[in-house]
Amino acid sequence: MATTAEPTTAIAQPKMVNLTIEGRPVSVPEGMSILEAGKRAGILIPHYCYHPGLSIAGNCRMCLVEVEKAPKLAPSCATAVAEGQVVHIYTEKALEARKGVLEMLLINHPLDCPICDKSGECELQDFTYQEGPAESRLRDPKRFNPIEDFGGDVLYTTNRCILCTRCVRFMDEIAQDTVLNVTERGDRALIGKFEGKDMTHAWAGNVIDLCPVGALLSKDSLNKARSWELDHAPSVCPGCSQGCNMSIDTRDNVVVRLRPRPNESVNKYFMCDVGRLDYRWINRQDRVEVPLLRRGEAHVAADWDIAIPATAALLDGKRVFVAASPNLSNETLYLLSRLMRANGGSGAFTVATGSEAPLPGVEDLALRAERAANGNGAELVGFKRAASPLDGLAAGDVLVIADADSTNISADKLALASAIIVIGTTLPENLRMASVVLPIANYAEEDGTFTNLRGRVQRFSQAKAAPGMARPSWWVVGDVLAALGKGDAYYLASEVFSAMASDVTAFAGMSYDTLGMRGLVVSGGAL
Amino acid sequence: MGYPHPSHAGETPVLSQYFGDREAITLDGWRKRGGYNGLQKALSMSPSEIVDVVKASGLRGRGGAGFPTGIKWSFMKPGDGKPHYLCCNADESEPGTFKDREIMRWTPHALVEGCAIGAYAIGAETAYIYIRGEFTEPLARMRAAVREAYDAGILGKNAMGTGKRIDIVIHKGAGAYICGEETAMMNSIEGRRGNPRIKPPFPAVSGVFAQPTTINNVETLVAVPHIIVRGAEWYKGLSLSSPKSTGSKLFSVCGNIAKPGNYEVTLGFSFKDFLYDLCGGPLPGRKFKAIIPGGISVPIQTMEEAEATKMDYEGFVEQGSMLGSGGVIVFDDQQNMVKQIARAARFFAHESCAQCTQCREGTAWTTKIMERIRDGEGTAEDLDTLFSIADNMTGKTICVLSDSCAVPVVSGINKFRSEFEALIKKPTFHPVTAAVA
Amino acid sequence: MTAVTHEHDAPYQPVFVGERRKELDALFPLYPTKMACILPALWMVQEDRGWVSDEGIAEVALVLELTPAYVKGVVTFYTMYNQHPVGKYLMQVCTTTPCNICGAEDVVRALLERTGCSDLGVTSPDGLFTVIEVECLGACGFATPVMINEEVVESVTAARVPEIVAGLK
Repeated sequence: MATTAEPTTAIAQPKMVNLTIEGRPVSVPEGMSILEAGKRAGILIPHYCYHPGLSIAGNCRMCLVEVEKAPKLAPSCATAVAEGQVVHIYTEKALEARKGVLEMLLINHPLDCPICDKSGECELQDFTYQEGPAESRLRDPKRFNPIEDFGGDVLYTTNRCILCTRCVRFMDEIAQDTVLNVTERGDRALIGKFEGKDMTHAWAGNVIDLCPVGALLSKDSLNKARSWELDHAPSVCPGCSQGCNMSIDTRDNVVVRLRPRPNESVNKYFMCDVGRLDYRWINRQDRVEVPLLRRGEAHVAADWDIAIPATAALLDGKRVFVAASPNLSNETLYLLSRLMRANGGSGAFTVATGSEAPLPGVEDLALRAERAANGNGAELVGFKRAASPLDGLAAGDVLVIADADSTNISADKLALASAIIVIGTTLPENLRMASVVLPIANYAEEDGTFTNLRGRVQRFSQAKAAPGMARPSWWVVGDVLAALGKGDAYYLASEVFSAMASDVTAFAGMSYDTLGMRGLVVSGGAL
Repeated sequence: MGYPHPSHAGETPVLSQYFGDREAITLDGWRKRGGYNGLQKALSMSPSEIVDVVKASGLRGRGGAGFPTGIKWSFMKPGDGKPHYLCCNADESEPGTFKDREIMRWTPHALVEGCAIGAYAIGAETAYIYIRGEFTEPLARMRAAVREAYDAGILGKNAMGTGKRIDIVIHKGAGAYICGEETAMMNSIEGRRGNPRIKPPFPAVSGVFAQPTTINNVETLVAVPHIIVRGAEWYKGLSLSSPKSTGSKLFSVCGNIAKPGNYEVTLGFSFKDFLYDLCGGPLPGRKFKAIIPGGISVPIQTMEEAEATKMDYEGFVEQGSMLGSGGVIVFDDQQNMVKQIARAARFFAHESCAQCTQCREGTAWTTKIMERIRDGEGTAEDLDTLFSIADNMTGKTICVLSDSCAVPVVSGINKFRSEFEALIKKPTFHPVTAAVA
Repeated sequence: MTAVTHEHDAPYQPVFVGERRKELDALFPLYPTKMACILPALWMVQEDRGWVSDEGIAEVALVLELTPAYVKGVVTFYTMYNQHPVGKYLMQVCTTTPCNICGAEDVVRALLERTGCSDLGVTSPDGLFTVIEVECLGACGFATPVMINEEVVESVTAARVPEIVAGLK
């Protein structure tokens, strides 16, 4: 019953080095940079060009710190820790040096924070507030370069660029599609590309997040929101079976952008452009907002207290077939499987596919051909992968369509069912004859978990409110089960998860607490 | 011989002995003058014996930093199973310096020989000679010399019949001062932008193509055959002052002086005699005002300092400057120091590789301020700002280009402050030159 | 003085064919990587075409298995690669400090006047001359050096300029 957590195969223990950073003793593996060791000591040494996912450039010179007995200030990103080293970050000498760097970075910077998308989450702002000069001593004209469209989703605001080269290194080392370069030299230098070769790589949009300043911006979210107006919810991308961790950023209950959230075991610091830009459907306005019951030729709105018993009545004693969306959470799929078990019957799901787009610089990271988040989770709880969503539907079954894509369902097939229950976010035209329609939240509106292609179970959390009376999908299915006398009602997604963990072997021993926000791999490891 | 002037009696012509001697350019001519005897002898010695001789000679790098050559060579660990490389730095681009140009122009085989010995001594089979693209004539001469050397069996897989492989590849630069910095040069050879690299790793550990590499200046390498043939003691004996500064050294002299050109003197020579006797003193009717003695990256000397200087590594430091690359730039009383320091700053701003913030922005900012002062638009606070920028540019970057830009500004303001103040007080000043943007 | 061929408006003809291709192939064994041949390859493009156009960059990228953006980053680092077409005679005048104090600015002025170039970097109306300032040609003792295509003319003074320009016309 052991839960397989992080792989615990015998990795040689690295030699540890003891040093002191700002008076705090730390012990870190040999070869680590002072900058990373500083993080372990709880101190973020200001930096720009350094990024843990990229090679060391050492060019911004922002991370200079004082190391006792060293003749010069050391770039902490490029200086390895040493036994007994004593590092000072906030001495006058180090502070003066970093202030000098900030002054230099700002002399030609347009200081247009009021109209810059990065404002509020800009490292140039942050470190300038922290330790930069209060005013500039520049008495000469500033340098000016025009804005350039880099293609893809990327816009280059040249004047804000600090030439940290994170974007160049990402495209070169990680995307391995060297479309960016440093053009010219000296203060004429800027990030350049070759005419006709655009940022069209499937992962190119990551340069926007990597850019520590407002130089590389997303055209998609350009001028849409100020960063301080945004709410951030940790989530998991439902675009494919990779399960990239991400943050859903909303303003006034509207999703305005998706950004990657680091997870060393899944997506490092990155997410692909397909996932990043596919969010408009989350905000769609044609949602089912109240439970609907069919009366004659029309649906009438009903309260949940009426709709749930009505649903249970339809299901009572009948074989059931569930056509599920592979983007439903493990929790909801599990409860649906309980319905299948209780009433006899089966369930299936179909997965859309597309072409695979790997990120070559990161092992086992790709936009996967399987364009759904939770096909694995669906299989683990007993759904069958099928070519058509109603494969397995027997005549006389009660058909439950749980947010499955109904586009390709034919009327003939639907006619086999004795009754149709839609548990969904929308009511498609060809399901108008459904007896009951139960409105549910989409994945951005509820808590839950997905199981990715390597069997990693990862939590996502609610980012926005569901419209109208729509409820989280696990809640709705749980209530139906309770009304059938086949289970308890659940009030939290975590309770559903716990119930699943004690019922389904693959999830044994897991809980929301042990999953954390990085996830765990199902027992039996990768599927 | 000597070029463009016959060697002066005060000189010690070792490397420059055949400057101006057209016959020395060819392999036959070079052999008649004792060429390749050094290589022949070296190949009969073990690499460690050569390193020991060079160590004992006290030869120090002639490119600017003055690091002891033998010690540098000893960093290359024999038998580590990796290919070793020798890179010869012939990117001579330090303003005021043109000695390597003349070495390659008149005695190309001397460099082929020096490179071959150096390569053998450090266990390298390949030596890259990185010659700046502007040196079209030296490039042609070097290419011809290498071809002759291959044809004569001096180079190749059986160098001089010893069974040892020594290849020399000429690599042509394309216009970048910073490629004279050793790690930038390695990047340039690899086909990258000439950005200096962070050290460590040092070149002897991971240099060009990530293999152990030694980088030596042209003048350093051409001194080696002489040391091999005539012995370490002879070379060590060439010293007029400090035992830490041995051998003869080429000084390139340019600017406002009667006889510009290359002069080779024993280290420790009197700078005053050098300037007034060997180089013929100031132009008629003029007076010397200031000297930059070691290429534009070293501090400016006043004449008082210059005239008290002994020409060796320590002597220049004692008198407020550095020997550097030995490029002596002479300013006379007709020059405005503000204008010239502004021009020097512009040079560095043009050549900054754009990596480090302080250098990319600092060199350009310094230039803006200096040119504004030059044009009579300066303010009193500008000088303080310049000092402060210079401080930010010193000792904080990957390489020393940034530091080098700060040097003439700081030494210039310190030593010629009145010229700055005169311009700041006279807002109507316009420089004589206007046409050049 | 060697003049280069000029095909500013004609469609780009590949450089690395025939003898040039062999010349490039002969360089590969001299370095452990193909990328190391980027500077020599760009020189070949410039020698044959007079400047390094985007098409030339793309061709170098192709033969060296690099991306055009990478090659462009390299080209723009090195000032000797002409990123624009130049006149039949490219005159590069050193105006760095040592030459500056020996009258380099006068030489520049005289060259502009004599060649009919309206400004630095602007080719003369007859297409013959382009005058640019460069940093240190490494011939400081022979101030002012002027590099005319492949040849460095030493000790140029404003007074010598008319004779030099006339010799090229």
